[in-house]
Amino acid sequence: MTAAPVPVPATRGGAARGGAPRGVSHAVAASGRSAHVAKYGVRFVALGYLALLLALPVALVFYNTFAKGLGPVITALQQSDFQHAFWLTLTITLVAVPLNTIFGVVAALALVRRKFRGRGLLNALIDLPFALSPVVIGLSLILVYGKNGWLGGILQANGIQVIFALPSMILATIFVSLPFVVREVIPVLREIGTDQEEAAYTLGASPWRTFWRVTLPAIRWGVIYGVILTTARALGEFGAVSIVSGKISGKTETLTLNVEDRYQEFDLVGAYTASIVLALMAVAVLLAMNVYQSGRFRGNGGKLVDDAAPGVAAGEVR
Amino acid sequence: MLIPLAAVAWRSVEDGPAAFLAAITYPESLSAMELTFALAIGVVAINALMGSLIAWVLVRDDFPGKSVINALIDLPFALPTIVAGLTLLTLYGPRSPFGLNLAYSQAGILVALLFVTLPFVVRSVQPVLLELDRDMEEAAASLGAGPATIVRRIVLPNLLPAILTGSALGFARAIGEFGSVVLISGNIPFKSEVASVNIYTQLENDDPGSAAAISVVLLVVSLVVLASLDWLQRRQSRGEASA
Repeated sequence: MTAAPVPVPATRGGAARGGAPRGVSHAVAASGRSAHVAKYGVRFVALGYLALLLALPVALVFYNTFAKGLGPVITALQQSDFQHAFWLTLTITLVAVPLNTIFGVVAALALVRRKFRGRGLLNALIDLPFALSPVVIGLSLILVYGKNGWLGGILQANGIQVIFALPSMILATIFVSLPFVVREVIPVLREIGTDQEEAAYTLGASPWRTFWRVTLPAIRWGVIYGVILTTARALGEFGAVSIVSGKISGKTETLTLNVEDRYQEFDLVGAYTASIVLALMAVAVLLAMNVYQSGRFRGNGGKLVDDAAPGVAAGEVR
Repeated sequence: MLIPLAAVAWRSVEDGPAAFLAAITYPESLSAMELTFALAIGVVAINALMGSLIAWVLVRDDFPGKSVINALIDLPFALPTIVAGLTLLTLYGPRSPFGLNLAYSQAGILVALLFVTLPFVVRSVQPVLLELDRDMEEAAASLGAGPATIVRRIVLPNLLPAILTGSALGFARAIGEFGSVVLISGNIPFKSEVASVNIYTQLENDDPGSAAAISVVLLVVSLVVLASLDWLQRRQSRGEASA
């Protein structure tokens, strides 16, 4: 899955080995041994921490889910609440991700290519959903669209239900995943510059055609990565949706809410099964991220150094 | 996005400044906020240390399966928070195979926060460590500096901005975290209730004014963190430009 071999500057590894003095003194040999101990010590601590925090818990969830065989899992998958939650999550994701992608590309283009008042402020505010508690986001939507909210009266008078219904859940999901595409596209736009776009204009292409034929192909990896991250967040959103949805089982319950609901009803198999479905989607996202990295690697003409590749450690100081 | 946030700010002061003060100094809320900030500081300290160590191992060390471990680091970002909470509860909950029950405790919340914030420091330190020129370390080693001195005098100063950036992002995340905490904490007032859960409780108790007041406190902290990150990055790019 990982990218092609890393172009570690050849001189660096060579210098570390070949450049070391041949006549190694005793003092250096001793420090070499303690460096050896330190190296394995650090490796042990880092991997042990990851095992206890990440690997073991995740492995145990998989084990517990299938401990009593496939039967209970299949039963849980057939529960109508689960199926409803699954399709609801997919629906919300399928609405929120395209909207955020369009917004993200437009906002990134505006922030990089246009100069306007308040650009700095907009640039700073775009990140806010990352730094904000999802609970606060949920509350903010309630205060606007809820029954005593700013727009609540108008909406209610027109018979439009936003809070405790699908629209607010989509709004909450859009809100929490808003920055991803913008943040991934901005650096790419900066890097490609405006030369090619200007060339297209000089050749008589319309702005629209220039965007489709020149800009979009150039930023596609950034857009794709942003879309992957947005999808992951949309599938997994819990806090904000939990507040605005009212958590009505079989009606406004997404997969993540279904996990909580099943757990609190002491239906562990149900909670684990819904979790596994979400976890598998997360793994798919992780794989997509890795594919993306190798794609960007190729697209960059091998400029990008992939941290996972072997050979980096070859230049270790001994 | 801005209208809803403005609504929160407005709602928090709608009943007057006295009501706002009363809401944020209400003992249960105050205790929840104290716990949240204390835990977030603990998370920052542990992440700064462990995140840097993990980044170091991923860049400088080599062992079979390293690329798998490297891909695994992003798992907390990809995994839904409620699943993360359930996952941790499986190993560190009442049915723990180790007999280690952290459910309904502050230690349990700490573990959940460490889980969801793990990638921040690792992913911000990793690229810097990759680009870090080995020549300086080699020069120091040839001048007789021991590994400890090299790490302290050369590696750490170079990594510090990245560690700070990752820690700040982790801090912001830890303060607002809800999904992973809600199952494992048990939400016992004065003991294991964090600020985000407290907001949720206030809202359930039909007290949106208090919920908005505490939200504003979290909102201001988020803004301060974002502003200091921005400042840090500006300073850094200026440093690079002058170098």
